[in-house]
Amino acid sequence: MSTRIFGSGIKRREDPRLITGEARYTDDIKLPGVLHMAVVRSPYAHANIVGINSSAAEAMDGVVAVFTGEDVDLAGIPTAWLIPDSDLKTPEHPALAKGKVRYVGDGVAIVLAEDRYTAQDAADAVEVEYEELPVVVDPEAAAQDGAPQLFDDVENNIAFRWVMGDKAASDGVFNTADVVVRDKIVQQRLLPTAMEPRSAMAQYNSATQELTLWCTSQNPHIHRFIISAVTGLNENKVRVIAPEVGGGFGSKIPCYPDEALVSWAAIKLGQPVKWTETRSENYQITIHGRDHIQYVEMAASRDGKLLGVRATVYAGMGGYLSTAAPGIPTILHGLLYVGPYMMDSVYCESIGVMTNATPTDAYRGAGRPEATFLLERMVDMVAKRIDMDPAELRRKNLIPAFEDGYEVATTLIYDSGDYPAAFEKALGIAGYDDFRSQQAEARADGRYLGIGITAYTEMCGLGPSQVAGAVGFQGGLWESATVRVTPTGKVQALIGASPHGQGSETTLAQIIGDELGFPVEDIEVIHGDTTETPMGWGTYGSRTTPVTGAALAQASRKLKEKARVLAAHLMEAAVEDIEYDDGKFVVKGSPDNFQSIQDVALMAHLAWNMPEGMDPGFEESQFYDPPNFVYPFGTHIAIVEVDANTGDIELKRYIAVDDCGPQINPEIVAGQIHGGVVQGVAQALCEGVIYDDNGQLLTGTMMDYTVPRADMFPNFELGDTVTPSPHHPIGVKGVGETGTIASTPTVYNAVLDALAPFGVEGIDMPMTPAKVWQAIQSAGS
Amino acid sequence: MRISVTVNGVAQERDVDPRTLLVHFLREELDLTGTKIGCDTSQCGACTVHLDGKALKSCTLLAAQADGANVTTIEGLAVDGEHHPMQTAFWENHGLQCGYCTPGMIMATTAFVEDNPGASEEAIRHNLEGNICRCTGYHNIVKAVKQVADAAAGGD
Repeated sequence: MSTRIFGSGIKRREDPRLITGEARYTDDIKLPGVLHMAVVRSPYAHANIVGINSSAAEAMDGVVAVFTGEDVDLAGIPTAWLIPDSDLKTPEHPALAKGKVRYVGDGVAIVLAEDRYTAQDAADAVEVEYEELPVVVDPEAAAQDGAPQLFDDVENNIAFRWVMGDKAASDGVFNTADVVVRDKIVQQRLLPTAMEPRSAMAQYNSATQELTLWCTSQNPHIHRFIISAVTGLNENKVRVIAPEVGGGFGSKIPCYPDEALVSWAAIKLGQPVKWTETRSENYQITIHGRDHIQYVEMAASRDGKLLGVRATVYAGMGGYLSTAAPGIPTILHGLLYVGPYMMDSVYCESIGVMTNATPTDAYRGAGRPEATFLLERMVDMVAKRIDMDPAELRRKNLIPAFEDGYEVATTLIYDSGDYPAAFEKALGIAGYDDFRSQQAEARADGRYLGIGITAYTEMCGLGPSQVAGAVGFQGGLWESATVRVTPTGKVQALIGASPHGQGSETTLAQIIGDELGFPVEDIEVIHGDTTETPMGWGTYGSRTTPVTGAALAQASRKLKEKARVLAAHLMEAAVEDIEYDDGKFVVKGSPDNFQSIQDVALMAHLAWNMPEGMDPGFEESQFYDPPNFVYPFGTHIAIVEVDANTGDIELKRYIAVDDCGPQINPEIVAGQIHGGVVQGVAQALCEGVIYDDNGQLLTGTMMDYTVPRADMFPNFELGDTVTPSPHHPIGVKGVGETGTIASTPTVYNAVLDALAPFGVEGIDMPMTPAKVWQAIQSAGS
Repeated sequence: MRISVTVNGVAQERDVDPRTLLVHFLREELDLTGTKIGCDTSQCGACTVHLDGKALKSCTLLAAQADGANVTTIEGLAVDGEHHPMQTAFWENHGLQCGYCTPGMIMATTAFVEDNPGASEEAIRHNLEGNICRCTGYHNIVKAVKQVADAAAGGD
């Protein structure tokens, strides 16, 4: 009996090319005669462009051309999430600035040269005269009267004002509650820092009018759509290829000016054009995450019933509205305000504000980490106020187990969950009951241990297209896939999604292998090329396994049905008498009488002997539009020790119990959680963008921005529970973002728990040793 | 200027602009694109190669400084098509996701384990300070390196 491939932690199919250096990322691809593009970028956060003199640059050997915003006739870079009922403004975003720059890094001119070094030299030689303007980088300050204005048509820099919930009802709850806690929480800006910087290369064939664009994209079909729109080329003449892509975390969702500019220049000059950002450039111009200032309150009863949450959020959008930016602090944020708790009142007012900073957009978790953080922070504050153990308070308020639908106050219908099971399991692994006595003993010795707990659920597997439309997303959120079997019984699975490190070539092959019995070695998952693959909306929002996986499972099931009928025909048996067993179609009661899936595939291709009415070939496609989101959940626990003399924080243990439904490949699931946890912990402890008052990015290199290192972490302790999604063909939920969503408040609350003896009430993230030490000193004085 | 470098066992002679970084020489001149560039300040380690047996960041070295040296890149690590044990360990332990930091990680850790057979987990974590991974949270990278370090110390 063979082991079932679904659920097996097999080695990844993508790794051989990656561990040998044979994989080809965008910048690795070479074309003869390629020109290199460098972008002249604004050193000022807000300024008028008075004049540009490119004559010295143009005179340099090897320089082919210099263009400014006046030369480039591209349509503006669009915003693609137009949230309704929010008075949304979408100010013009030219590919190169025209007349005015709005953040440090805003593109002013492009240089095309024969090699990379010359292009950069020439960019440095372009003289731009600026007239500096007043700058504002803080989103709350930017929304006040009298703040510097980025756009004439965006009053008070307010791009949108989105409201969720009934204010009067919420006020009623808060006015009568026994207990109200409140805090101002700053979700600091973060740099996504995919290890591969962004890159784009375009080639244009003037005879066929076809443009090919290789780029670092999480969603090449969306890039094709937008590039077609901004260049005016027909969409069927644009081919976007996302080759190997080195991580994204949301930062490779948007269409940026750079992709449009290489396309434009390749068309204009009739030569291929390549651009690859440096890391410093990446930190200046590739989207940032978070940047929320949250004023949040929670109401509760004295005996520990959570009654409601409300918040006003100022969300920094940066100098332009990026592709999905308006959806992040609104739809993907407010709708998660109930979390895993029985809580009947929610209210959120989210104000999107233009600032003289890099545009923000989706960064791993995108709105949901910010929601989970504020909830878990408030829950701990309520526990402290009513003097109840924080685990007990959570236990008391968790939604009980449900298998098929639970509607919450935000109008979401959670699909399935057993929050108490994951919660108790995590507490058990952590040894919570013993911890408090260990903590007391340690304190007596002058050692400060702390524990933090986060119970969470989140919405992912985005999402029903009807919902996407209702919330203003300018696209669908279905996926499509084709399972194509060759005459020799080998599989090509073509998907519209575009994985970039998630291991989907393995996971998705396991789904097909499980459905049809092909060995995974015989299944190639092909993605990332708009000409080769069917339409899809991309890889983000923890959606590829749930949405593309469902499409593949259903396409596979169609093939299985065709195979059953054909096998019956070939064996002259009744279809009802054919049983499927691990890749074989067997005549019931006659185990030696069978056709393998490979036999059937060959016969379907040959088509010598088909049943009446059956078409030849062995290939099926499926469009899958999910009926609901999926809602993974779990509980994370961190134990930290704070050195009161130095403020140093040691993460001693990290326990994560996550439920993403049945796990297709447990090793890959664990890997997603490890990486997600580290990114979330980093927000709590070390990462944070710093701008000075002039809008200069002070954390502009990896020397200045603290990406976490290996020695900050213990080995993680993972556990799981398995609660299938009732609406999904194979029951699976996404797991790409849960680690990031849960871990920031977990570690934050653990540190505050450790510091409880000092009376420290809060520390702005990241909680660096200096800030922790200062907080101890201030609280003690 | 003209330089001679042996790269992955093959003698190479080229005229280079004196300011050419070794990483650009490898990637653009020799088409060995397995070596990656992840930063411009020598933090990330994606460009790590072996120069005369030592792990070095090829973004901090001029190609001219490699004149006369022996360079091994990720493409030259496997012998006769057999993966180096570190490559195998990364694969077996799911020590990579997007793969972009992986060549540098493998080049850095092979040199480390050679000098430190039997290294402790703590030492491995500490030594990874010069290599940044954004996907794996390091957990499985540490596991992979430990597996090779233990084997190098004569363990099983």
